[in-house]
Amino acid sequence: MGSQDDYILNVSNLSVELQSQTILEDISFKLKRGMTLAIVGPNGAGKTVLFKALLNLMPHTGKVDWSNRVKIGYVPQHFSVSDIPITVKEFLLFKSASGMENALSSVGLDSEEVLNKRLNILSGGQLRRALIAWAIIDSPEVLLFDEPTTGVDLDSEESIYRMLKELEKKNNITILLISHSTHIIEQYSDYMLALNRCVTFFGESKEIADPSIQKIIYGEPVCVHVKE
Amino acid sequence: MTETLIFSLLIAVAVGFSAGYLGSLMVLKKMALVGDALSHVALPGLALGILFNFNPFFGAFGFLFGSAVIIWYLGRITKLSFETLVGAMFTLALAIGILIVPEPDLLEALFGDITKVALMDTILAVIIAILAMLLTKIIYNKIILGMISEDLAVSNGINVSRTNLLYLLLVSLVVAIGIKIVGTLLVGFLVVTPAAAAKNISSNLSRYAMLSSVFGAISASSGILLSSYLSLPSGPLVVLSGIAIFLFTVLARWRLKIDT
Repeated sequence: MGSQDDYILNVSNLSVELQSQTILEDISFKLKRGMTLAIVGPNGAGKTVLFKALLNLMPHTGKVDWSNRVKIGYVPQHFSVSDIPITVKEFLLFKSASGMENALSSVGLDSEEVLNKRLNILSGGQLRRALIAWAIIDSPEVLLFDEPTTGVDLDSEESIYRMLKELEKKNNITILLISHSTHIIEQYSDYMLALNRCVTFFGESKEIADPSIQKIIYGEPVCVHVKE
Repeated sequence: MTETLIFSLLIAVAVGFSAGYLGSLMVLKKMALVGDALSHVALPGLALGILFNFNPFFGAFGFLFGSAVIIWYLGRITKLSFETLVGAMFTLALAIGILIVPEPDLLEALFGDITKVALMDTILAVIIAILAMLLTKIIYNKIILGMISEDLAVSNGINVSRTNLLYLLLVSLVVAIGIKIVGTLLVGFLVVTPAAAAKNISSNLSRYAMLSSVFGAISASSGILLSSYLSLPSGPLVVLSGIAIFLFTVLARWRLKIDT
């Protein structure tokens, strides 16, 4: 429990309809400042759509209340840099002329080594880190990651999540992430919101280890209403 | 050097530089053929200018502007690609244009003619080229970000659709001024090939945009000079100059083992 001020995000009765199809229905949940929330669910459950609705990138009904003037960083799942001759420095300059070295070192990249490298020659892990550096360069209070380790090998995946956890602790950042990995969710997030058009589970992330919870998350959807 | 040649060279540098700069985005957006095809849409506008005795530039720009808006709007509501829509528009425009352009003026409209360039044409072209480049510079990074990820761009407050429309309109402007010297059939070349040549040897975005502009200016001006000395149509010679630069960059990339 906590006062209303502890909550950085309050979502109530959020629904999204696309081409007469209900993608999200009556989603309600709250999130405390400094927590990491994992959004889970089968493919097509509406996880990315939820992110877009939270960012107001998509028409929706219901309410999405972020705390006052909150600054949000976002790393999308899909991006295309293969054909663009843009360097890490040029990319980061799009957002901020200062803080490049800090942002890169926060994500475990050596600025001397990567600043003048093009995004399209970085490894999958380095590229994801550069995108995260982009997201944190202006010191956001909230970070949204849509499958932050897509296209990254297992070792790099683990180190990216460790890095995210450190960021959360060091800067008291609130993180929302979409992931399919049970192990990652259990180890690196505090809470978990399971979606399958509606909310099918909301609780502490460690519960994902319970096979009956996994059945709820990935089985036939049974909607629940989140009280807190 | 005659006054007309000086005017033509000034237009060539202005058009080449601006077309190269705007084209650097066109190539990255994988819309190279759009730039080429869009230029053909100008032909009916040119024809109207010739038939009704007004500056064909305004006719060409009117048609390009109208087509760009229609293509942008249809793209939004149908989700069809730019290529598909431009493909449908340009053949229609070319057919209508060829039917209504008076035959003696057809070659000039298709391949450009530098013998009739006047001071007003030059001033208009230089001002439009500078304006188009300045406006493109403002939206350049926004377009690049939209290419990397539309969601990322929108979440940073960029209206991707409106930015794309503005860009298409600026391309229309540059194409319209380029028609005078290169002709409607070949002006698309100036939007595409200098950027392709620059991409061969560029290790970062700012160098790529700069080289694309410079290659555009060199292609256009050297083509005009050759046209003047050889008394041949300017459009094809601009294309040949640009292709020479492109081949040089292919060679440089191979010899210097440039990895882009």
